[in-house]
Amino acid sequence: MALATADWNPLGEVFYRKTELYQMEWMQDLYKYNVATAPYGGPIALIQDESKLVAKVQGNIKPTVYIYSAAGREITRFTWNSGHVIQLGWSNTEDLLCVQDDGGVLVYDIFGNFKRTFSLGTEVKDTKVLEVKIFQTANTTGIAVLTSTYRIFVCNNIEDPRVRRLAEVPGLQAPPSSWAIINQDRQTRALVAKENELFLLDHGGQYQQQTVDVSIPVESFIEMSVSFNNKYLALFTNTGLLWIGSADLQKVYCEFNTKSAVRPTQLCWCGTGSIVSYWAELNLLLMVGPSKDWVKYSYDTPVTLVQEIDGLRIIGNDTHEFLQRVPPVVEEIFKIGSMAPGAMLYEASREFGKGSQRADEYIRMIKDKLDLAVEQCIEGAGYEYEPKSQKALLRAASFGKCFLTDVRPETFVNMCQMLRVLNAVRDYTVGLPLTYTQLQSLTLPVLIDRLVVRRHYPLAVRICQYLKIPEADGASRIMAHWACYKVEQTGVEDEAIARSISQKLGDTPGVSYSEIANKALDVGRPELATRLLDYEPRAAEQVPLLMKMKKEQLALSKAIESGDTDLMYMVILNLKEKMSLGDFYMTIRNMPVAHALYLQYCRQENLKNLQDLYYQEDNFQEEGDCRVKECYTEERLESRIDCLMAAMECYNKARNEWAAKVTEEQVKLLKYQRKMEEELNKPYLNLSLHRTMYQLVKENNHKLAETLKKEFKVPDRRFWWLKIRALAEAGDWMELDRFSKTKKSPIGYEPFIEVCMENHNRFEATKYLTRVAPENKVKCHVRVGQLKEAAEIAFQQRNEEELNFVLSKCGPMHKDVVTQITGMKSQLGAKR
Amino acid sequence: MAASSEQAPDLPNVYLLRHVAKDMLVHLLESVQGKKDLVLGPNLMRPLDRIAGAKLLREHGVDKIFKLEANMDIKGCDQRIYLVHPTMFNVKLIADQVNQEKTKAQQGLRKKLVCKIIFTPRKLHVCDKVLEEEGVFGDVVTDEFKLDLIPIDQDILSLELPEYFRDFFLEESQMWQHTVASSLNGIQQLFGPIPCFYALGKGAKMVQQMFEKMPSYGLGHWSKSITGMESEIGHVFLIDRSVDYVTPLCSQVTYEGLLDEVFGIQSGCIEFGHEVSGRDQPVKLMLTSQDEIFEEIRNRHFTNVFSFLSGKAKEVQSGYDKRHQLESVRDMKDFVANDLKDLKQQHKSLALFIGASEVIMSRKTKGIDFEELLRVEYNMLEGVSRTESINYIEERLNRQFNCLQTLRLLCLLSLTQDGIPPKEYKSLKTQFLHAEGYDWMLTFHNLKKLGLLKEQADQHSYKSIGGSKGGKGAKMAVPSFGSLTWKSSFQTASKSLKLIPKDTENLDLRFPTDMSYVFGGAYTPLSCKLVEQILNKCSFEDVDPVLKTLSIPRFSMMPASARFKADPNKYLRVVLVYFLGGCTYSEITALRFLGKVKGYKFIIATTSIITGARLLDQVTEVTPK
Repeated sequence: MALATADWNPLGEVFYRKTELYQMEWMQDLYKYNVATAPYGGPIALIQDESKLVAKVQGNIKPTVYIYSAAGREITRFTWNSGHVIQLGWSNTEDLLCVQDDGGVLVYDIFGNFKRTFSLGTEVKDTKVLEVKIFQTANTTGIAVLTSTYRIFVCNNIEDPRVRRLAEVPGLQAPPSSWAIINQDRQTRALVAKENELFLLDHGGQYQQQTVDVSIPVESFIEMSVSFNNKYLALFTNTGLLWIGSADLQKVYCEFNTKSAVRPTQLCWCGTGSIVSYWAELNLLLMVGPSKDWVKYSYDTPVTLVQEIDGLRIIGNDTHEFLQRVPPVVEEIFKIGSMAPGAMLYEASREFGKGSQRADEYIRMIKDKLDLAVEQCIEGAGYEYEPKSQKALLRAASFGKCFLTDVRPETFVNMCQMLRVLNAVRDYTVGLPLTYTQLQSLTLPVLIDRLVVRRHYPLAVRICQYLKIPEADGASRIMAHWACYKVEQTGVEDEAIARSISQKLGDTPGVSYSEIANKALDVGRPELATRLLDYEPRAAEQVPLLMKMKKEQLALSKAIESGDTDLMYMVILNLKEKMSLGDFYMTIRNMPVAHALYLQYCRQENLKNLQDLYYQEDNFQEEGDCRVKECYTEERLESRIDCLMAAMECYNKARNEWAAKVTEEQVKLLKYQRKMEEELNKPYLNLSLHRTMYQLVKENNHKLAETLKKEFKVPDRRFWWLKIRALAEAGDWMELDRFSKTKKSPIGYEPFIEVCMENHNRFEATKYLTRVAPENKVKCHVRVGQLKEAAEIAFQQRNEEELNFVLSKCGPMHKDVVTQITGMKSQLGAKR
Repeated sequence: MAASSEQAPDLPNVYLLRHVAKDMLVHLLESVQGKKDLVLGPNLMRPLDRIAGAKLLREHGVDKIFKLEANMDIKGCDQRIYLVHPTMFNVKLIADQVNQEKTKAQQGLRKKLVCKIIFTPRKLHVCDKVLEEEGVFGDVVTDEFKLDLIPIDQDILSLELPEYFRDFFLEESQMWQHTVASSLNGIQQLFGPIPCFYALGKGAKMVQQMFEKMPSYGLGHWSKSITGMESEIGHVFLIDRSVDYVTPLCSQVTYEGLLDEVFGIQSGCIEFGHEVSGRDQPVKLMLTSQDEIFEEIRNRHFTNVFSFLSGKAKEVQSGYDKRHQLESVRDMKDFVANDLKDLKQQHKSLALFIGASEVIMSRKTKGIDFEELLRVEYNMLEGVSRTESINYIEERLNRQFNCLQTLRLLCLLSLTQDGIPPKEYKSLKTQFLHAEGYDWMLTFHNLKKLGLLKEQADQHSYKSIGGSKGGKGAKMAVPSFGSLTWKSSFQTASKSLKLIPKDTENLDLRFPTDMSYVFGGAYTPLSCKLVEQILNKCSFEDVDPVLKTLSIPRFSMMPASARFKADPNKYLRVVLVYFLGGCTYSEITALRFLGKVKGYKFIIATTSIITGARLLDQVTEVTPK
C-alpha cells in the first residue's frame, strides 16, 4: 500500500490522481463518433460523425445510435431514421436527447425506446440549427441552440418546453467565435464571444457587453468552458492563452499561455480546481491549475472528457478513467511523511496487523486526537475507489475506535453502508462509477431511480431493503416499476403476467395497481388492465381508469360502492355527456344513490332538467313541486298562473287532492289580488290570504274582506281574530265596538281586551270587561290593571288561587290591594 | 348528586384540531405569494375566526377580506383567494366574477387577476366541471382545505355544515358523508384508535362503513401510523338526527339553549345588540368554558340563572369594595395587578349575561305565555290533551305568531302521535297556508318526506276509535291513556325508556338528579337516553326493543369483550358523540350532566349546532319575493 501515492501528480500545492474505472468492454473507435455522456457516471451515446463518414463513404447511409453503459457494455443500438442530428445529449433523468437541425428534439429512454418529441419553434425550424448546448439547471435540463441567423434560443426545461429568444448580439455577421450557457441564480444567460468582444445575453431580451481583464491584447476568444457549479469560467484565445476566472468575469485567477494556436477539441473543468484542455490531433491532455502549474498527459487513442462535480472522467477506446484532485483528507493520510492523526492511525493499524508493538507507539502519539484520526480514516475511506484501500482505512478507523470510549457509531456504520452500495453499483455489470461526493449530490433516491431506469430491479430492491428504506418509498415502488416494465412484454400471455405481478406484489402497501393497469392500457392491453385493476383497493384510483377504458357501468358501480360522492359525480357527468338523454336516465334510474345525486345536481344546475326527469319517471308529485318552484321564478302574473295550473294538473295525476286544491285556491287568490290591485291601486300580490284580509280591514274595505272570507271558507274564529287585530291596529275603535256587537263573539271577549291593551288603549279595553266569561274575569281585570276589582271578583268567586295570582302581580305601589287581599284570604280561610 | 366511584378522566385536547387546520391554512395562503385578497363563502367567516384571527391572515399576506355575494365588485389587489364550500352556486358566482375581471383585463382597465379557489372541506369534480362550462377553468387554480371539525369549545366540535341536514335527510345526497367519515379519521389520527363504535340510523351506518374503508386511503400509511398510538377516546356514537327529531323541536330552557334560540350562537360566538349591551355597536362575546361566569350558568335551567347572577353581582361589588380596605401601597398594587383585571372582566360579562336574561324574559313573556307554550309541548310529549294542543296551534295561526314556532309545534304533535289524523292534518295545513301564504305548501311536502309532519295512518285511528266508545265524536274527544289500546311509537319508546319522569313532586331544578332537568323535569332527551343505556352495557341489549319500535337501524363494532373488560384504561371513559344533522345545546348540556353523574367525559361532535327553528328553516322552501 506504500504505492498509494504512486499515481499522484503534484499541481502546485495540491495533488491530482487518475484512477482507472473500467476497461471498456466495447470495440469502438471514438474517432468515428460524436459522443454524448451523462454526468454522474451516466451512459454514453455514440452516433457516427457524418463529417468524418462522408469523407470516407459516399452515399447516404443511415447512421446508427449506440448506447453504452459507463463500463462500455452495450445497452442498445438503433438506426437513426429521422432528420439530421446536430447534437446528442442526456437529460437529468437520463433520457437521450437528439437535437436535429430543424429544431426538433427527439427524446429516447436509455433503452432507445422513443418517448416523445417536441420542437423548438418555427423560427428555429426556418433558420436551421448550427450548434447546440445541452445544460443542467438546478433540477431541470435545458437546451440552447444557435441558428444560422446567429440568434440563440433557449429552452430552460425540456419537460415544459417553452422557448425564448435571447437578445441579438450587435453586429454579428459570422458565427460567434465561441459561446456558453451560464446558469446562475435561476437565470439562464448566454455568454457570446464575437471575436474579442464578450456579450452576456439574458432572458429579458437584454444584452450587456462584458469587459474582461486580460494582460495581453486578445484577437478572439475561440473556446470557453463553464465549471460544473456554474461559478468559474475558462476562456481560450486564438493565440493559445488560457484565461481562468469567475463566471461573472470579475475575478481573474490565472492566465496561462499554452502556445497552441490550435483550438482545443475539448476544454473542460476538472472539478473546480483546474482546467483541462484536450487536443485530439495531438492526443494530448493539458491540465492547468489556478497558479499556472500544469500537468501533461498523453494518450494513444482519442478520448472524450466528461465534467463531474468533483473531477473529470476521461473515456477512451480502451479505458475509462477518473481524474480528480486528491481529497485533502486522503492527502493527509497518505502523503509521504504526513504526521496527521489519520496518517498515524493508519500506520498504527498496519503495524497492528503485522503484530508489531509499534502500533502502540503510533497510537500514543495521537492519543489526544484519536477521535479526529478515526474521523479522517472514515472520511478517507469514502474517497477511495478500490475496495482494498477502503477496507484498510475502515479497519484503521475501527482499530482507533477501540481506544475511544464514547464514539457515536453512526458515521462509521453509514460509511460502511454507503460504500457497499457504491461498490455494488460500480460493478461493471451495472456500470455506475459514482464517487461518494457525487452520490451525496445526486442523493440516494435518485440513485435508486437510476437503477430502476436501467432495469436493475433486484439490485434496487436489495439496496432498499439493506438500507431499510420504507417499503412504500422503496421496494414496492420499484416493484411497481418492474410491473410496468412487465406489462410491456408483448410476448407473454395476459394471464401469466397478471399472475406473476400479483404474486410478486401481493398487497404491498404503496403499490398502485391502477398505475400499472394504466400502463397496460397505454400499451394496448385492456384485458390485462381490467385484470390488474381488480387488485386495486382504492376506488379513487380505479374509477378514472375504468372510465378511460370505457367501462362506465363498472366505474359507476365501483364509485357507488366507495360511497365517495366526488367519484360518483365524475362518472355520472361523464355518462351524461356520452349517452343519449333517454339512455342516461334509464341507466341511473336503477341506481338510487346515483339517481339522488343527479337530482341534486339538477336542482342546482337546471330546474328544467329536473322537471323532465320527473316527467319521464311519472313522478307527478315532484313534477308538480318543480312547477310551483318555477312559478316563483316567473315575473309575469300570467306565466305564474300558467305554472300553477300545470302544477295543479300534476297534483291531480298524483292523486294529491289537497295539494291540487290549495294550488287552485292560490290561483284564485292571485286573481283576486290582481283585481284588487287594479281597482284599489294598492299592492296585495304575494300577501297571504290572512294578510290580504287584514290589510283590507285595516283600510276599511270590510266588504271585500267579507267576500274573501266567504270565498275561501275562512272559519269565523280566525276571521274574528284577524278583524279585531286589524281594527285595533288601525285604531278604529268605533268599528271594533260595532263589530263586537254584530253577534256573539266566537272567540270570546278576552281577545278584544288583549288587542286594545296591545295597542295601549286601556280605556277601550275596559269596555269589554263585562262581557268576558266569568272564569277569565280576574285575569282580564289584571290585564287592564284593575287589581282591586280583580281581587274582589276572585273573592266573590271564592277562588284562593286567583287571589294569589292577583297578589303576585302586585307591586310596591299597590300596598292597599295587598292588605285587602290578605284580609280576603283570611276570610276565605275562616269560612272553610 | 350521585357520586361516581371512578375519577373522570381528562378531556383530550381538541384544540389540536385547530392547530392542524391553522397550519394547513397558512400553507394554502402562502401558496399565493405576496399580497392578496380573501373572499369567503357564506357561513365561513365565523368558522374561520375560530381557526385563525385577522392577525394571522394579515401576517400571511391577506390584504382585504370580502364575503362572497352575487353582483359584487371587488376593488382589491390583483391576487385573490376564494375560500368556499364546493357548491355549484358558489362556483358560478366566482366564475362570473372571474369573467368580469377578465373583460376588464382585456380592456386594459386593470392587471390580470391571479385567482385561486380553495374548496373546503374538499374539492369536488363538479366544481371543475362548472368552471369548465363557464370558461374560466384555465384562469384559476384550485385547491382544497380539509377543514372539517372545528373546536367550538373544549368539548364541542362542529363541522359548521348546517346544510348537511337538508342535503342528506331530505335530498338523500351523500355529499357530506365522506366529510364526516374523514373527520372521524382525522380524530383517530390525533387521539388514537377508538375501540368501540356505535352507529344509530342509516346515515351513521353509512359513515361507519365508509370510515372502515378509509385507512386504505393515502397508501396505507395511516393505518400503520395509528396502531402504535395510545387511545385517548374509548367510544364513538354516531347518531342520525332522524333518530330523535323530538328533542330538537322542544323549546329549550337551559341558559345556553335559550341564548341560542333568542340571539343565535354562531360558532360559539354570540353578538348582543343594543337591547342587551346598551351600546350602539353590537358586542361580540366568545361563549366558552374559559369564561368563568358563563361556565357556571350555561348548563343551568333558566329559572336558576338569575339568582346566581345577582349573587355574583354582589360578589363582584364586594370585590370592588375591597379597595376601601386596602392599607399599604403594596396591597393596592396587588389589587390593581391581580384582582382588578379579573373583576373588570367579570363585571363586563356579568352585565351582558344579565342583560341577555332580561331580554329573554321579556321576549318569552310577550304574547302568549311561554309557560303555556311549554305546557302544550309537555302535553304533547306525554300524549295527552290533543284537542287543546290543536286549539292552541290554531290560535297561534289566528294571531299570526312566529310561523316557524307554530310549524315546530305542528311537527312535534305529529311526531309524538305518529302523525296527525287526516281531517285535522288537512285543515291545519290549509289554515297554515291561509295564514302564512301558499308558498309553504312545498315546505309541507318536504316535511312529509322527512316524516316530520304526516298524516296518521288509518289503522291507528281506527284502533283508537275501537278502543274508545263512540262513533265520530270520539275521534275529536281528548284521548286519555286509559281509553287507548294503541300507543304511538314515540309513546311506547318513551314509556320503556322512562323518558317522562314520574316523580315531579320533589323536582328541584337547582339540584338536578336527572338529565330531564334540561327540559324542566318534563322530558329526558331521547338521544341522550339512548347513549346512556348503550354505555351502561356497552351494547344495544337494553335498547333493542325501542330501536325496533322506532325502526332505527343500528350497528356496532367492538373489540373482544374479554380483553375490553379487563382494560383498566381511563380512555374508555371518554366518549365521543357525533350527531349527523345537528344537535341542540340542551342535548350537550344533558350529556355533560350525564358525564358528571356517571364519571364519563363527553366530547360532542356535530355537523352543526341547531335549534328547532334552524332545523325547520333548513327544509323550508324559500321563495324569492
